[in-house]
Amino acid sequence: MSQALEDKNTFESDLDRQIANSPKDIPGWGIDANPENDPAYPMKHRNGADYERLNYTRPPQQPVTVEILHSIERPNVTAVFGDTLPPKGVSGAIRRYAFKHSESTYMHWVPLVLADRINVVEGIIDDIKNGHFPNLIGERGWAAEWKYNKAGLIKNVAIGAAITYGIIMLIRNRRKVAAED
Amino acid sequence: MIAMNFRGPFRVRVDRNKPMPEILHPGDAIIQVTRSCICGSDLHLYHGLVPDTRVGMTFGHEFTGVVVEVGSGVQKLKVGDHVLVPFNIACGSCPFCKQELYGNCHESNPQSTAVGGIFGYSHTAGGYDGGQAEYVRVPYADISPTVIPAGMDLDDAVMLTDVVPTGYQAAEMGGIQMGDTVVVFGAGPVGIMAARCAWLFGAGRVIIIDHIDYRLEFARNYAYCEAYNFKDMHDPVVFLKKETGGLGADVCIDAVGCDAAGNLFQSLVGRKMPLTGGSATALHWAINSAKKSGIISIVGVYGPLDSLVPIGNVVNKGLTLRANQASVKRLLPKLIDHVMAGRLNPKGLITHRIPLEEVAEGYHIFSAKRDNCIKPVLIPSSAYAA
Repeated sequence: MSQALEDKNTFESDLDRQIANSPKDIPGWGIDANPENDPAYPMKHRNGADYERLNYTRPPQQPVTVEILHSIERPNVTAVFGDTLPPKGVSGAIRRYAFKHSESTYMHWVPLVLADRINVVEGIIDDIKNGHFPNLIGERGWAAEWKYNKAGLIKNVAIGAAITYGIIMLIRNRRKVAAED
Repeated sequence: MIAMNFRGPFRVRVDRNKPMPEILHPGDAIIQVTRSCICGSDLHLYHGLVPDTRVGMTFGHEFTGVVVEVGSGVQKLKVGDHVLVPFNIACGSCPFCKQELYGNCHESNPQSTAVGGIFGYSHTAGGYDGGQAEYVRVPYADISPTVIPAGMDLDDAVMLTDVVPTGYQAAEMGGIQMGDTVVVFGAGPVGIMAARCAWLFGAGRVIIIDHIDYRLEFARNYAYCEAYNFKDMHDPVVFLKKETGGLGADVCIDAVGCDAAGNLFQSLVGRKMPLTGGSATALHWAINSAKKSGIISIVGVYGPLDSLVPIGNVVNKGLTLRANQASVKRLLPKLIDHVMAGRLNPKGLITHRIPLEEVAEGYHIFSAKRDNCIKPVLIPSSAYAA
């Protein structure tokens, strides 16, 4: 779709229904229509409300008191929304960038995944700033692992320790060789 | 108040100083939580597979509680009502809610047009804090929250917020005809409930497929179905073709979603990296195991990115794909009747009752499938006084 055509789209909600009135002059129009042939059945109890498009009576609007990012595939924020955790920091900047692209593009979702990972680091920094050093073992629920899978936990910790020891020794040896050269 | 606090993939903790939720809209209510489940789909968040899951969020979309405050526009609920709260946040007035598609509300999620608002399910589902807390804000309180019927066990009630309706709708969307063979992929709580509900629609044979033996044993006893471990098979699709007279199953249900095991490539690109909308192994098998003209019912949760499924086989076999988030409010009257009449026993799925304060252990037990866990329920200590 050209940029000009996208710009023209202003969410004029009744536009496509106006267009749909004209084919009635075509011979045979609607002759084989079957309202019961609805792929969304049984979830959907068809009553034609789809054709209101965006002309339905909206619920009262929740006041927007924090930054709420909204999909560019809709004209506005919804009547209610979660106001938790507005975007902030580096991850927030990336999220703002993501929401400039539609849900149909990787440029929306991949930056959001990246922002999530950066947000984890921001969370740890925030914790430390607030005098709380994260208990990574507790947060991972390893008390339960100790209780229900003691042997497996010991094995995993031993493997992890061996790999870490191996990497340290490898680095040391390389440094030693480099120093001798 | 006390609340679950997400800190990153595989890391959650108890936050003891989370601010109390407030009324932000005339249709809001504040609920004091009495039961809150950890859902299999919460594990997708916990594993870091759902984009825009922000650090600090409180999860939980399956909960019951007592109304402690209502907004000026709330007319049906009153303070003191003990309610079950469907996981869908639904306005009741958009075109989709008017047609009972309460899982597709257009006025509850600004961040994504593809999904309605869901409690505690990332900002991709509206950015609402969830019910794994002592208190929670419930928007549109007059629409979906339902007063728990007198005589109903609280553990049954909390299962009616998601597990039972999602399992039931999975079977309903299968369009099961009398005598049909139904294959359910995934022996988690929803898959087991889907298998149990398939009988309500007249299935002639119900088969469940998973790779965890204790879950298969549980499903066999709870849902009266055949249960097979795909690790014992060379190829589950060939196994199911042989089991169904060579043609394939009439109905296949995907009750796994993006965390599916069983295919190394899918697991790598869908779970470990992740470059797709998740590991679509169960859906892949469902499509290939169904008979020509069969129906695939999908209730497993996938991420919004593309997923690797054999769509060519859908065309060539003439399959019908039906999928949606469960429309809980639509199904509640019928399901309450089934529970009260004893036809369904939702609380029978609950294996672990865990204090909210031990939420990190709860998530680990469920995620790592320890202690034969099928369904964990979190109980805030304050709930005993509610």
